Amino acid sequence: MASLDDLKKRISSVKSTQKITKAMKMVAAAKLRRAQESAEKGRPYSDKMNNIILNLSNGISDIENAPKLLSGSGEDKVHLCVVMTSDRGLCGGFNTNIIKKAKLYFQKILDEDKKLKIITVGTKGYDQLKRLYGDNIIEKISFKDSKNVNYFDADKVGKILIEKFEKKEFDVCAIFYNQFKNVITQIPQEQQIIPLKASENEENSSEDNYEFEPEEDEILNNLLPKNISTQIFKAMLENSASEQGSRMSAMDNATRNAGEMVDKLTIEYNRSRQAAITKELIEIISGAESL
Amino acid sequence: MSEEYSVEIVNPEKSFLSKDDVTEVVVPAFEGEIGILRDHISIISFLKPGIIKIFSKSGEESFYVNDGIIEFKNNNLSILTSLILNLKDIDKEKISEIQKFAEEELNKSEINDQEKYLLDQKLEVLKSIN
Repeated sequence: MASLDDLKKRISSVKSTQKITKAMKMVAAAKLRRAQESAEKGRPYSDKMNNIILNLSNGISDIENAPKLLSGSGEDKVHLCVVMTSDRGLCGGFNTNIIKKAKLYFQKILDEDKKLKIITVGTKGYDQLKRLYGDNIIEKISFKDSKNVNYFDADKVGKILIEKFEKKEFDVCAIFYNQFKNVITQIPQEQQIIPLKASENEENSSEDNYEFEPEEDEILNNLLPKNISTQIFKAMLENSASEQGSRMSAMDNATRNAGEMVDKLTIEYNRSRQAAITKELIEIISGAESL
Repeated sequence: MSEEYSVEIVNPEKSFLSKDDVTEVVVPAFEGEIGILRDHISIISFLKPGIIKIFSKSGEESFYVNDGIIEFKNNNLSILTSLILNLKDIDKEKISEIQKFAEEELNKSEINDQEKYLLDQKLEVLKSIN
């Protein structure tokens, strides 16, 4: 059995760990509120963008000559996956869940004998993927230095994607991120952005005849690259809210576990203290009796 | 008959402005300025760098936009833009910063005609408000 001193040390060490996890939970809770707010505020933009594109693509008459970003390159050989993770750890299953989802997809691609390319956004994803898929990773991006999620970071990623698409480096592009549902649940998502999949949300599309200025395809050519940045931005916002939510619940759990451990250790400490006293008493009494 | 309609300006971060008593909006569309009044036909267009003017019962407001898309439908005007600044509380430093950036871009060799046109436009507008 551990000595009293050892137990005392352990109790105080668990207590200080508990203090840290508690503080982290508080910080995550504060950040979560902000991240959630901006995720909600960002939704109108991407929703409207989607709507307009939907209306536009409904109005397009000549499918054959539709922009490549909408119709695809006509082939399905090289898949590019953008895996979006966080830059920091200690956030429960947040990163692992995305990676798991992504790995399933990778396996499917490789089984079908297609080529796989990976771009990681966020350092944690790179760390987890480099061992198995190191050769497939063509680029790693991290926005460790930007304090908040901002559109220009997303735009940078979007521009990289479009540049690579125009150079015909890939045919299909999917992004992986966590969708924020609530503090406890984050759903890992796989979303194909190139070629654009028509969204199932048909209720907003209208039969209205629009006047276009300039022509439809010119607008589409201008709009589609923006839409990619917008989708990435949306994913980044959802991700940051998810990260904080996941961290908050992970730290809450850790704090509770530490509390339980402290209780258990304290009982053990008290027991062994009493045992020591009883032992001493017995020794004294039996010593006195033998006289 | 009422002559008002509603306008909403959204940028990626948030809903920037929402008004329902505007009488006219002038936007810098790609092929020239468009003034939109109530009961305009449904239209989708995109913007070049320039000034958006909003006339409403409560007065006139002007905004600088970098780019954007507009959609007008059922007397609702939506403007999506990545960068928008209110001319009233504009920041001289910020303008100079964008201006400098645009000049640098313009000096690059690999830009195409359309990009060049947009950048020229941008510089012109920025100079006029600075």
